[in-house]
Amino acid sequence: MDALLDLLTKDSRLSPEDLAARLNLTAAEVKAQTAAWEADGTILGYQAVVDPEKTANGGVTALIEVRLTPERGGGFDRLAERVAKFDQVSTCWLMSGGYDLAVVVQAASLQEVARFVAEKLSTLGGVLSTVTHFQLKIYKQNGFLSAPVPDGSRLPITP
Amino acid sequence: MSSSVKPKIADRIQAIPRSGIREFFELVLNAGDVISLGVGEPDFSTPWHIREAAIYSLEKGQTSYTSNLGLLELRKSISKYVSKKFHVDYDPAREVIVTVGVSEALDLAFRALLNPGEEVIYHEPCYVSYSPTIYMAYGVPVAVETSADDDFALRAAAVEKAITPKTKVIMLNFPTNPTGAVMDPKELQGIADLAIKHDLIVITDEIYSELLYDERTHPSITALPGMKERTILMHGFSKAFAMTGFRLGYACAPPELTEAMMKIHQYSMLCAGITAQVAAIEALEHGAAPMEEMRKAYWRRRNLVVSKLNGAGLKTFQPGGAFYAFPDIRSTGMTSREFATRLLEEEKVAVVPGTAFGKAGEGFVRACYATDEKQLTIALDRIAAFAQRHRKSLITLAPTP
Repeated sequence: MDALLDLLTKDSRLSPEDLAARLNLTAAEVKAQTAAWEADGTILGYQAVVDPEKTANGGVTALIEVRLTPERGGGFDRLAERVAKFDQVSTCWLMSGGYDLAVVVQAASLQEVARFVAEKLSTLGGVLSTVTHFQLKIYKQNGFLSAPVPDGSRLPITP
Repeated sequence: MSSSVKPKIADRIQAIPRSGIREFFELVLNAGDVISLGVGEPDFSTPWHIREAAIYSLEKGQTSYTSNLGLLELRKSISKYVSKKFHVDYDPAREVIVTVGVSEALDLAFRALLNPGEEVIYHEPCYVSYSPTIYMAYGVPVAVETSADDDFALRAAAVEKAITPKTKVIMLNFPTNPTGAVMDPKELQGIADLAIKHDLIVITDEIYSELLYDERTHPSITALPGMKERTILMHGFSKAFAMTGFRLGYACAPPELTEAMMKIHQYSMLCAGITAQVAAIEALEHGAAPMEEMRKAYWRRRNLVVSKLNGAGLKTFQPGGAFYAFPDIRSTGMTSREFATRLLEEEKVAVVPGTAFGKAGEGFVRACYATDEKQLTIALDRIAAFAQRHRKSLITLAPTP
């Protein structure tokens, strides 16, 4: 079933019938397995990977480094989960190294990110400091190149 | 070429017919925007780490000749790889020769082995160059036809029938182009027994041996008892490592056979290109993971292609290896050539007529699935529409069991 998960992470829009044909399974087996993964949280969701430069208003994306004071008993979890709950936060990771949380924030404008950091993030008890980096250009996301260059072409017929 | 030159061409070369595949190539070129399932090479580019190794060697100025046999470091890598994969040990100093593709290795072997009139038994349908290469080495090609009833696998009994006092070599290539057929280990043992009994040399072209599906393992005939001393194992980098354009292959054989091939190689080729040889070391030493990713992609596509072709009423067996499907197109009432030509005209999809690979390919076409899944899906839908449109009325078909 690893092959099924592997294929779904590459292209989740394939129908159960299409997936089954590629993996020598039946459509019913594919449906049962994906339903089980959705139920147990192995599969959290399905999304389109969008190039914001092609959309009318792509908004802005920022990566915020956050330093936290860990709590006795709970470590970073309670605070990290609280940060992750904000709608503006698309990704939230606990990191090793010079800071604790890497928080990716998506918003309509620079001001909106600034407001989120100043009013929401920094004011949380336990947040020691934040450093905000704005994204300038995307070259690759989720395995997709923004401007894929076709590899050298083959002859149409070869022995 | 002006027509006045033609009479000067050697009779033997004039006698070689124009390749069916070349003819079809020109048809496809003229057809314009075509989805081609007619290629015989991976759609992946060579994995980046291998290309990078080639670039680095150029930066370092590695642009010289190498030893006639190939870089010793590469021969050591080959020896290690072959030992791990086929469980047979070859001495990198005396039993390995690096060539410009398996194509050159084949040419060397036939020229080194054959006296005029000696026969080589090989299977058909098969890769297009076996018969002409044997012929150009003054040998006599003896085709043994494999059949759809056996999923185009070669049977030892069929080989035995073709053996004559003139037989010198048996040529194997499994998994094979164009059918994707694999060899049953029992039949392989049967062929080894024949080779020993009749004192024959076996040439085994292992070019597709990494591309095997369904947990198959691939025994090579050279690993069977008594076979190493009478076998020339050939392999290359084109298919498994997606390195067709590097043109690199090798042969492993007992010292006296390797030496004989080297005699020809040193005067005709001198050595294989050094850039390709350096890239090949990287492929053998660090290429296993990217190769496995490609193999998995081919496996998924094979499943897709076989299920869609069968769904379209074109009976297709599940090929055990390589990256070709070989559908039976007789339900359309067309010949292979007619099917391929009309599919090209009506649906802009290119496949290769089975007859390009020998007479036994009549009634079949080769569809290569080394193409990305989106294009493949469109092509298969078009083939299905074509097959539906041209299906002979079911009433006129003989009942099948």
